[in-house]
Amino acid sequence: MSKPKCEDQVALNLWYTIAPIAELEEPGAQQTILLEQQIAYARNAAGEVVVWAHEGVPGGVPEQNTLPVQERYGYVWTTLGSPNSDIFPIPEYAEADRRNIHAATFGVNVSAPRLVENFLDMGHFPFVHTDILGAEPHTEVKEYFVEVSEERDEIIASNCKFWQPMAAAASSGGADVDYIYRVPHPFCSVLYKSSPLDESRKDVIAIFIQPFNQEQVRVHMLLSLLDDANNDTDIRLFQQTIFGQDKPILENQYPKRLPLDPRAETPIRADKSAIAYRRWLSGKGITYGVIPPAA
Amino acid sequence: MMSDLHSNWYPIASSSDLPKRHVYQAQLLGREFAVWRADDGHVNVWENRCLHRGVRLSIGINNGTELKCQYHGWRYANRTAGCTYIPAHPADAPARTICNNTYPAIESHGLVWSGEEASGDLLSLDGFDSATVLRAVPVFAPMNMVAEALLGYGWDDSCKGAANDDGSVTVTAGDGTAVRIFVQPMDSNHSVMRGLVNQAPAGAGRAELLQTHSWLMQELRDRVEVLAAKQEAPAPYEPVIAKVSEDLVDIPALGTDGRKAELRVQLVKKEMTAEGIVSLRLEPIKGQLPTFQPGAHIDVHLPNGLVRQYSITNGPGETDHYTIGVKREGDGRGGSAAVHDSLQEGDVLAISAPRNNFPLRRDAEHTVFIAGGIGVTPMIAMARALNAQGLSFEFHYFVQSDDHVAFKQQIGEFERALTIHKGLSPEATGAKLKEVLAEPGFARHVYICGPGPMLEATRGIAASQGWTDEAVHFEYFANTAEVDDSTAFEVDLARSALTLQVPAGKTILEVLREHGIDMPSSCEQGACGTCRCGVIEGEVIHQDVYLSNAEKAEGKSIMTCVSRAASDRLILDI
Ligand code: FES
Ligand SMILES: [Fe+2]
Repeated sequence: MSKPKCEDQVALNLWYTIAPIAELEEPGAQQTILLEQQIAYARNAAGEVVVWAHEGVPGGVPEQNTLPVQERYGYVWTTLGSPNSDIFPIPEYAEADRRNIHAATFGVNVSAPRLVENFLDMGHFPFVHTDILGAEPHTEVKEYFVEVSEERDEIIASNCKFWQPMAAAASSGGADVDYIYRVPHPFCSVLYKSSPLDESRKDVIAIFIQPFNQEQVRVHMLLSLLDDANNDTDIRLFQQTIFGQDKPILENQYPKRLPLDPRAETPIRADKSAIAYRRWLSGKGITYGVIPPAA
Repeated sequence: MMSDLHSNWYPIASSSDLPKRHVYQAQLLGREFAVWRADDGHVNVWENRCLHRGVRLSIGINNGTELKCQYHGWRYANRTAGCTYIPAHPADAPARTICNNTYPAIESHGLVWSGEEASGDLLSLDGFDSATVLRAVPVFAPMNMVAEALLGYGWDDSCKGAANDDGSVTVTAGDGTAVRIFVQPMDSNHSVMRGLVNQAPAGAGRAELLQTHSWLMQELRDRVEVLAAKQEAPAPYEPVIAKVSEDLVDIPALGTDGRKAELRVQLVKKEMTAEGIVSLRLEPIKGQLPTFQPGAHIDVHLPNGLVRQYSITNGPGETDHYTIGVKREGDGRGGSAAVHDSLQEGDVLAISAPRNNFPLRRDAEHTVFIAGGIGVTPMIAMARALNAQGLSFEFHYFVQSDDHVAFKQQIGEFERALTIHKGLSPEATGAKLKEVLAEPGFARHVYICGPGPMLEATRGIAASQGWTDEAVHFEYFANTAEVDDSTAFEVDLARSALTLQVPAGKTILEVLREHGIDMPSSCEQGACGTCRCGVIEGEVIHQDVYLSNAEKAEGKSIMTCVSRAASDRLILDI
């Protein structure tokens, strides 16, 4: 691989999801883009996953000059740099009674950090996901906690509550639903949502963003659910509906990159987690997909 | 060069691009605009970005009076572009500084004109008074190149083109038919031709005229684009995104503007709206009035030196004037008499910007308004806001008699939600209130404003009917209790690191001001809540009527204009 097009060393040294493992069932090399670099992936004769960078046609599966690969949470992960930490943990994924589903991979014309902020945002539920995740006039975002865990280097927003019209299939009226959000990677986030089936446990929804470039991404969505009533197709359709509602909003955000200057936009208390996220990105010195604060 | 372009007027849309309740996306010199017409006809040209998270306002909703962002439902008022409501925090009034960038606009000859820093009048369009607006034709070429090519535009051999001072081109034929074409620079390499013909035929003649010019301009477009493609494209304009005001960086702060009369308004209309109640329509002398939120009041500085608070009764988007109601108070301190007897239409008054210490939640499933007498004024603005949004409410208005019903036309908008209770005795009023307040519940709220005794009684009834403190909102318009200022004590200002002595006979507010601490205030009688301040330590003797009993018991805030310390020392959060 020649000199990487992405000049952000922090972004370069991260692990990224590039495809669900199921895609490797298809014969031949598949192609995609990561941080403006064309890459290809396939299984070699020995059945191992191989990922490599190329320009133009991908050619056959190479024996050397391949990129680091990990299979995790049902996806192929790779990196264009040399990560100094492992992929973040999602312990729930391994619990025996959960259903792990690849919900979908969506393309969006927006920067990765704008997409992460959207994922963390509850205030838009009644307006964008009307009658599904929220409904007017129940628009209040109640106080919640945000902390940046030094030890795990991740953001945690807890005690988040939002009123939902159909909180659970079993209940007829609306009620507050509990959420916990984690941001363990600049371009990934994990959400825990109270499960209608088991009060002590939570459904998990994770997004892993694969930046094509600074203003175009695709996002892979993993579900790890306790639900045993709905079939995979219904669950996927539900997430696709939700995502289809966010997409036109995301693509109409200007600028597409996330401005890190605190005076670029107007935060309110409900945006506590986004404020923490922007500070955390600034602290890491991330420049990819953001507009760094003027020096 | 750059700034020259910014001070010009350019057509950015046709009037026909702004049908009712639509939002049109326009662009000038690289900057996008959201252009929308309010139901009162006013054309708004705004930066096409929500201040919150940058979402294009051109995908927002024009409800005729306000523009609502699609992402989190923030509302921006017609004319001022001030944010009137933030749904994520329904109990808070948005900071007054949350205001989108607006640009000058003129609608004339079927076109909408704007310019980042345009001022003054348009160049004369004499001869085009009855004109036809041609279809706009985009051209991927720089503005100057298009303007130059337009000099050769024509539909017969007698056509002659001439450049005008504003950069447009007028092409005139031998028979006097003329076309004036303006070039709108969308970006450095992207323009739009917008033409006017000095004829206004109807029917087939009109269709033919539009078609001919559409075809000719299309042809010119093709020629110019070939030419432009041979040149190196100029760099696109990079419009500067203005930063939001500093005080919004963390959490919207309250204003620190004290009791200032920063606005001058003219009393345009004074009329009796009910027995003893006069309605005043105040219009700006120049510029526009600041954004108000339902429940807000203004300080009016009266000719006799008194300062009084009056609630704004306007509905959402009625931003070209404020209407207030003033009741003649026999035992008032002479403020209302001055209004009734000496103010005249045409008089100029000094007022403060609107302040909202009585914010309206709009996340209730049902809202009950209870107004007594002149207490109806803030409720009118509130109920009109809910009504415009189609939210459920009921409006109970207690008056002595039919002659005492004020603002009949405005409350008439509430139709079936309105009940007027006339001439009830205090006992009958109590019984009625019990009935009205029979059903507390989830996401139900009640707002009360009226004379002191009625307000007290209503609060009591609400509490005994099971309404929680958080669900009951009220506003006193005067504090009738005797204020005791005979004690002396010390205040520590935690954030300013100052210790001040408050002697007998002086209020905390006065002492703060003497030491240069800018503390906003309005009524200075412990009724309006403007001078509220956080208490970190110490016990308070509350003498206000603004805080609820629960808030008073909690002891976390104080009204610095009337309340005092019970202990020797108070630590305040300023
Ligand atoms: S982006 Fe407009 S309301 Fe949040
Ligand atoms: Fe969403």
